[in-house]
Amino acid sequence: MAQRERPLSPHLQVYRWQITMTMSILHRATGCALAVGALGLAWWLLAIAAGGDHYANFAACLASPLGKFVLFGFTASLVYHLFNGIRHLLWDAGLGFDIPAVYKSGYTVVALTVIVTAAIWFFALRGGA
Amino acid sequence: MSGSPVRDFRTPLARARGLGSAKSGVGHFWWQRVTAIVLALLTPWLVWLLVSLAGADWAAAHAAIAKPWNAILLSIFVVALFWHAKLGVQVVIEDYVHTRALEVASQLLVTLACVGGAFASLYAIGRIALMA
Repeated sequence: MAQRERPLSPHLQVYRWQITMTMSILHRATGCALAVGALGLAWWLLAIAAGGDHYANFAACLASPLGKFVLFGFTASLVYHLFNGIRHLLWDAGLGFDIPAVYKSGYTVVALTVIVTAAIWFFALRGGA
Repeated sequence: MSGSPVRDFRTPLARARGLGSAKSGVGHFWWQRVTAIVLALLTPWLVWLLVSLAGADWAAAHAAIAKPWNAILLSIFVVALFWHAKLGVQVVIEDYVHTRALEVASQLLVTLACVGGAFASLYAIGRIALMA
């Protein structure tokens, strides 16, 4: 492609930070992470189908510090993507479009993500993981 | 549109179908939302199932998935999940990969991985549920 100096439209760096821009890119990032997590779910199911020895190996991977760290990342991503996805669906229905509502729902999603992720891990660890 | 110098060259049939030049219309948008709603409804159930299986041995995990309702809902979940993942990652690649050959290769890879993941999951669920 020929390199020519052309005026560029304003890009990210000229804008003041707003929660909306971070939430938007996080929705994509968590979505991509969860696509990998989907393969992890398939792996889990295949390990159970394959029998006790395979499942024991899989469970050992998950129980390791790295396994727990990755699983925690998937949990947080899933909870965030779920709540922010509901926010997107409400927008699709034409609800909550004015700027104060967009900010309010954004902070609500962040708060819910922290609380629900913590609750899931509290119950999972109490269950003996 | 009368009075506009730009004429609509589409046939009446094409206009009625409303599928546009890419022949898929709002298909991508619509199925992304349909799968999103399915996943939003089923995710709380799946999280509850997984949390209840935290630290469980093979027999307990196997028995939980072999239950008819769990097997059915899990099958629906994995189909919606890999379909939704395919649609979402497709757009990310369309937006960020600007080399045509690399883009087509990535799209193919994502499609194959998602179809493969879905069928492998369904096979595993079927085997767990149907073979005691």
